Amino acid sequence: MQIFTQTSKIDFLGKSRFALIFSALLMVASIGSLFVQQLSLGIDFTGGTLVEVGYSEPVDLTKVRGALEQSGFKDATVQHFGTAKDVLVRLAPREDISSAELSDQAFSTLASVAKAELRRVEFVGPQVGEELTNDGGLAMLYALLGILIYVALRFEYRFAVGAVIALVHDVVVTIGIFSIFQIDFDLPVLAAVLAVIGYSLNDTIVVYDRIRENFRKMRKGTSIEIINASLNQTLSRTLVTSVTTLLVLLALFIFGGEIIHGFALALIIGVVIGTYSSIYVASTSIVMMGISKTDLMPVQKEGEEEEEPESQP
Amino acid sequence: MINQYPLWKNLLILLVILAGVLYALPNIYSQDPSMEISGSRRANVTEATVAKVDVVLKDAGINFKSIEHGAGKMLIRFASNEDQLRANELLETTLGDGYTQALTLAADVPDWLGELGAEPMYLGLDLRGGIHVLIDVDMDAAAKQAVERYSGDIRTLLRDNKLRYITVTQGDNRVSVKFRTAAVRDKAADVIYEAFPRLTIESTKNGDAFFVHGNISSSEQAEVKRFALQQNITTLRNRVNALGVAEPVIQQQGDRRIVVQLPGAQDPAKIKEMLGATATLEYRLADTKGNINDALNGRVPPGSKLYRERDGSPVLLKKRVIVTGNQITNASSGIDTRTGTPMVSVNLDSQGARRMRNMTTENVNKPMAVVFIETRTITKMIDGKRVKRKIKVEEVISIANIVEPFGARFQTTGLDSSEEAHDLALLLRAGALAAPIEIVEERTIGPSLGQDNIDQGFKSVIIGLIVVMVFMVAYYRLFGLIANLALIINLVMIVAVLSMLQATLTLPGIAGIVLTVGMAVDANVLIFQRIREELAVGNTPQASIFAGYEKAFSTIVDANITTLIAAVVLFSFGTGPIKGFAITLFIGIVTSMFTAILGTRAVINLVYGQKRVKKLAI
Repeated sequence: MQIFTQTSKIDFLGKSRFALIFSALLMVASIGSLFVQQLSLGIDFTGGTLVEVGYSEPVDLTKVRGALEQSGFKDATVQHFGTAKDVLVRLAPREDISSAELSDQAFSTLASVAKAELRRVEFVGPQVGEELTNDGGLAMLYALLGILIYVALRFEYRFAVGAVIALVHDVVVTIGIFSIFQIDFDLPVLAAVLAVIGYSLNDTIVVYDRIRENFRKMRKGTSIEIINASLNQTLSRTLVTSVTTLLVLLALFIFGGEIIHGFALALIIGVVIGTYSSIYVASTSIVMMGISKTDLMPVQKEGEEEEEPESQP
Repeated sequence: MINQYPLWKNLLILLVILAGVLYALPNIYSQDPSMEISGSRRANVTEATVAKVDVVLKDAGINFKSIEHGAGKMLIRFASNEDQLRANELLETTLGDGYTQALTLAADVPDWLGELGAEPMYLGLDLRGGIHVLIDVDMDAAAKQAVERYSGDIRTLLRDNKLRYITVTQGDNRVSVKFRTAAVRDKAADVIYEAFPRLTIESTKNGDAFFVHGNISSSEQAEVKRFALQQNITTLRNRVNALGVAEPVIQQQGDRRIVVQLPGAQDPAKIKEMLGATATLEYRLADTKGNINDALNGRVPPGSKLYRERDGSPVLLKKRVIVTGNQITNASSGIDTRTGTPMVSVNLDSQGARRMRNMTTENVNKPMAVVFIETRTITKMIDGKRVKRKIKVEEVISIANIVEPFGARFQTTGLDSSEEAHDLALLLRAGALAAPIEIVEERTIGPSLGQDNIDQGFKSVIIGLIVVMVFMVAYYRLFGLIANLALIINLVMIVAVLSMLQATLTLPGIAGIVLTVGMAVDANVLIFQRIREELAVGNTPQASIFAGYEKAFSTIVDANITTLIAAVVLFSFGTGPIKGFAITLFIGIVTSMFTAILGTRAVINLVYGQKRVKKLAI
């Protein structure tokens, strides 16, 4: 089976203006949403307490809320988590008891409604949350920086810049979608976003690799023609890998349980955006930076050059 | 002839795969919920103990798989969690104080595998259930304590040397002493310098007053903090050990934090209380002469202090402490044979024993009080800000007449319940914390959620794997089948490496494995697409295979190294669960390069190599 029986001849770069507009719209929407309504950050970053209990029978949330209110947990948000038996409660800090005791009291209140089993407690102090937010931002920067350096060493600085533009695009849009739909952004989601950086780059590198190879191999054609050819040659691979990755991610999303939902979702969004960006954003960027044949010729010997005896000036 | 691996290469690949299978093998054996019982100096685990446990469990109708005994410990394996928990409750009351019970998971791995060092993967708390707390040590308090110690010592020193001072004040990492004359000041400066050479001494004059300032150097400040942290880790470890948790993790994190991980622990309320408790005892004489009503109206006799008993009734005690909790060397709980009430039996060190003997000899027939002191942290909202207050709770738990003088060993009664006696004994035994602590992060996972996470994680791995395999066969036929073989071996290798490194497998870690399943085929996709391209331009099948692998190689390496960079960053930044994701991602990428490039090539060589091939099934 093949998606394209012959190498396709799609004029990707010819449509780059539409892609540019599309990407710009996505970015503006994402950044706008991030400014206006921010991210719905989970307690990992904001600090707070979360208690999940499993009841043996499906339970009515109003009852649970009532019990919590009576025990003085006024600002608690209560929701089902996964099934009607599981209840997730987010607690605001309270004056009269220490944060460490908060969860214990909340659990005994929850257990008084019906027979309940403690599934999970997460308490993050505000200090720790703040540190995580800072560390998370730093991690993202380090990852981008490391990648920038590696790609600049292996290819050329314009490729590195193009790859990073594509990555920033992917990260902003992925986070933006979480902001627009106000999906909970917690630690696993941050990990997923970092993994998206790795994945999207993977795609971009494969495309770049082919562009570099073709720049050296193809005598005729403008930069745009060569890049278009490269995109077409790698198109099958790009799509196949995206499909397999999306298949497993869907499995994770559907069967992996509530806790992993946000994580899987972030990766699904990231993979889709990453696939799109490696075709449009990454290659359009290098075209716009004016990459040309001569930029890639005098690089040190690579494995493939051995097959081309007559070396170019 | 192209497309043939030399024999050594095939053998090497085979060997690596075999090793992978071997080390992944322990994971297919079930892990039994078990209980480990260890003894102490007072109570050894002997054949008799084993026999007793055997009888107790059988009488209660609790099913267990086996009891293993060795090296002062015994391990009881159960078929289910319920049996394990029931047995735990039962044995807690029947075995007595000297034994420590710890709930754990014991793998049912055959001996020959164990001898090879093959163990199952180490499951993280989110998979096996348990409690994770991050503890912040109050370093300012530790520094303040050092200043307090110095100021006390300097006071005594000056008094001993008959050097009159006006006041001793404590500042930020410094102690200042005020004198009337310069002559006394200078002499004092010499004496202090001699006694405490590590202090930087500074003499100043302000109006009529003369000062000596002793500054604590930054290196000593650092040392004080380091010591406080170390001391707290030791104390926490003692407390955790006494609680009975198998495989606890107690580690320093950063400059001022301690991570405590207790797999399988199930009562977070109790554990947090035990970890954070700063309870101690003080023994004081009661003031029998002072008038309690005067004291209640604010006229407390000098040298005495007003306390309250547990029922709230006031009592006057002498300020002078006979013995404090620091001098307690051992403590155990039990039942007082005379009254039938819970008691704590206490042992003192030699200094404490001497003081206790002197005081009790001089004060026979007078009442002595035991004061229970505990520091609690309370968060209050003040002006919209969260402010932490530490309050000291002091309660008189018992007052009794000294019947006869005693010294190193005695009993304290007056406790509410045997549970309280048990907890107090534990705290006294484990020692005090050098600096106050606060729990700044807690993650507790109940055992049922842990099991759910394992089940759901496993399910998504399997389903993801099947879907990808079906797709690969449909898309690349025989080559897809070979890629699938590599994919399965890749999974085995990931599990093997995780088991060998004993790296922690977490739920995000499983997600990482799922993701690698999707991404591992990428290398094969790259290669196979290249082979198709080569075939399309009219190359022979053999040449196409050769060129396909050759040309895809550098692309695969480039693409994977960048993902590795992301994984390394994730690992270095991440906390527990995220680290788990980074580890599996990293391992998965490395093993997939082995299986997808070398592994598939070896199989393809065996199938197609050295033959005339007209057509490839790709």
